[in-house]
Amino acid sequence: MATPLVVSEVFKSFTMHLRDGIKLPVVNDVNFSVASGECVVLGGPSGIGKSSILKMLYGNYAVDAGQILVDHNDHIIDIASADPRTIIDVRRQTMGYVSQFLRTVPRVAAIDVVAEPLVARGIEANVAKENAAELLAKLNLPRELWSLPPATFSGGEQQRVNIARGFITSHRILLLDEPTASLDATNRRVVVEMIAAKKEAGVAMLGIFHDEEVREAVADRILDVSAFSPRKAIAA
Amino acid sequence: MIDTPLLKVSGVSKFYGSRIGCKDVNFELWPGEVLAIVGESGSGKTTLLNCISTRLLPTTGSVEYRMRDGNFRDLYHISEAERRFLMRTDWGFVHQNPADGLRMTVSAGANVGERLMAVGDRHYGKIRQTATDWLGRVEISADRIDDQPRAFSGGMRQRLQIARNLVTGPRLVFMDEPTGGLDVSVQARLLDLVRGLVNDLGLAAIVVTHDLAVARLLSHRMMVMKDGHVIEHGLTDRVLDDPREPYTQLLVSSILQV
Amino acid sequence: MTADLATYNFAYLDEQTKRMIRRAILKAIAIPGYQVPFASREMPMPYGWGTGGVQVTASIIGRQDVLKVIDQGADDTTNAVSIRAFFQKVADVAVTTHTKDATIIQTRHRIPEQKLTEDQVLVYQVPIPEPLRFLEPRETETRKMHALEEYGLMHVKLYEDIAQNGRISKTYAYPVKVDGRYVMDPSPTPKFDNPKMHMSDALQLFGAGREKRIYAVPPHTEVVSLDFEDYPFEIQTFEQDCALCGAHGVYLDEVVLDDRGGRMFVCSDTDHCEDRREHGHVGAMLAPNQEAAE
Repeated sequence: MATPLVVSEVFKSFTMHLRDGIKLPVVNDVNFSVASGECVVLGGPSGIGKSSILKMLYGNYAVDAGQILVDHNDHIIDIASADPRTIIDVRRQTMGYVSQFLRTVPRVAAIDVVAEPLVARGIEANVAKENAAELLAKLNLPRELWSLPPATFSGGEQQRVNIARGFITSHRILLLDEPTASLDATNRRVVVEMIAAKKEAGVAMLGIFHDEEVREAVADRILDVSAFSPRKAIAA
Repeated sequence: MIDTPLLKVSGVSKFYGSRIGCKDVNFELWPGEVLAIVGESGSGKTTLLNCISTRLLPTTGSVEYRMRDGNFRDLYHISEAERRFLMRTDWGFVHQNPADGLRMTVSAGANVGERLMAVGDRHYGKIRQTATDWLGRVEISADRIDDQPRAFSGGMRQRLQIARNLVTGPRLVFMDEPTGGLDVSVQARLLDLVRGLVNDLGLAAIVVTHDLAVARLLSHRMMVMKDGHVIEHGLTDRVLDDPREPYTQLLVSSILQV
Repeated sequence: MTADLATYNFAYLDEQTKRMIRRAILKAIAIPGYQVPFASREMPMPYGWGTGGVQVTASIIGRQDVLKVIDQGADDTTNAVSIRAFFQKVADVAVTTHTKDATIIQTRHRIPEQKLTEDQVLVYQVPIPEPLRFLEPRETETRKMHALEEYGLMHVKLYEDIAQNGRISKTYAYPVKVDGRYVMDPSPTPKFDNPKMHMSDALQLFGAGREKRIYAVPPHTEVVSLDFEDYPFEIQTFEQDCALCGAHGVYLDEVVLDDRGGRMFVCSDTDHCEDRREHGHVGAMLAPNQEAAE
């Protein structure tokens, strides 16, 4: 089985220059990999660095040391050292991200927000829209909302738009940052089914799920992030 | 991915006497890429923009541009005629103040059509049709085509300026605080429009702004300037989510949260 | 007295000034349509009265020349009469109202109807020589535009005309491209006269006194009026013939006869009209069996 994501010896800390340059270690010596068709869930108490790991993988956080290797169109790319242009290309083609919060763009209709990643990959606009409509219907987003910009939607509605946007592409790697946080039971089940479908399709997924039931349903294995905690290292 | 950059900036410095305008700036820009240059007033971002866009001669350094024939030319070693031709065909420049980029006393249609006429279009009907199309794309209604920009609101003027720049299908657009001086609601509309056009047309753009929200929304990559130096440079998300330099951290932490 | 003034210094200007202006003229002829700066002098008449044309004429006129001066096509208007008198006084040259007899014709606002010959020079009085001026106020910029042949702006002006009036409404000072290179303002002549400039046998010189510019169209030079493919350049046409001489296809002036709407159209070129009448042509108003007599 292919392993499109390998994280090796990654260290991360924040230096707070506005607070006299104090250095806050986040994670030390992170090592793991995710195989195709596998969903790995990051576990451990909050504040232990789960979100930070996702953000490093997606390029939003820089890393102090180590490698984040991604199989990008049969080339191995190290996200930790890649230039911005490469990271953007990886995001467009290989690695998707579903965050807790939707960064809304003013005036763009929900259905276009969802269709955008496909359009960006060169898929024709109406085809992309059809796919988007299918996903929004599956996630039970009321049809009358589709043509409205999501800025004024409720948390749950925004999140469903966000999930649809994240799941619409055929990215080989998906990062899921609490995608079910503000969803009701019905929609949580829909998301669980969608994740299962992605597994079938051979997508490698890495996620954070606080909801026990969902976690049980989707996780192939749980990776305890406390193992990478620098505090633990100091204590030991 | 395209393997050749569109623009190569190497060692560009500009001194005003002993004062630094900008110092030793290096970067490359690829087709379809949007670069934001951020920093406070006086940080040298506009000086840098003017140096790159050949509006200001840098003290040292070179700016190379890949012409449509695929060859790189050093912009400071081509003739003024070629440079001006480049600026009104393959480049666009969107000024903060639309009055600097528009002809305020000729109609909207002629403002958009001017570049076409400058490159030799001599068919009134076709020029007008193209102008009408472009006004539509920047959401100015066709019945305003014969009105002068003097009669337009600030947001409309800015959109007209954008249409005027994009009508010749440029590959590179420079924007100097494109949303400066506009109401917030008008800003949002303009940003959305620019974002859509940049995506649809696959434009490369260099956007100077002091507004980090503008940079986040429009740009892929970001350069932070302070006292004429580029102090931080990287993926826009990375610079804003994980700023490394003290000044960038200050800048990011100074954003007002709504 | 008159002879003395002409002897003291022929044609008013001192010799150094005339040489300076001749150099400018030579340069202008060498670069058709290009505006050559020159050190325009104070003349004993106000700006706007043809000081540029007068200086050009004064610099090229010789004792053997025969001068004709027209204003709006007429030899007998104030401006024409006073400039003609000026040169009679300061150069003691022969003057004429007949186009065919003149060697130098100084003009304001018209080109004579009769075809000019290569033995003749046409001197235009020019108020504003820069065709780009009303579109681009900066002289540094207009010079650069000429130098780099950036003439898109000229068409912007024509575009505006069509957008506002449905056609190119500019009827005088209609911009032309000279010898395929420089765009030139032909001075406020009606566009009716533009085709006469094209491949003219006569040398055409333009002088702008206040703006201190001289430019030229050498004989047999291409002069093309700017236009659009779908709005081609066309000259004015007149439904009537000249009321006095019956001429057709010439530029006519409208003359209001009374306050009850009576009007007539007559040749703007007075010499042309008189010449035709001398040769027996008669217009409607002078016809012997005129019903209008009632």
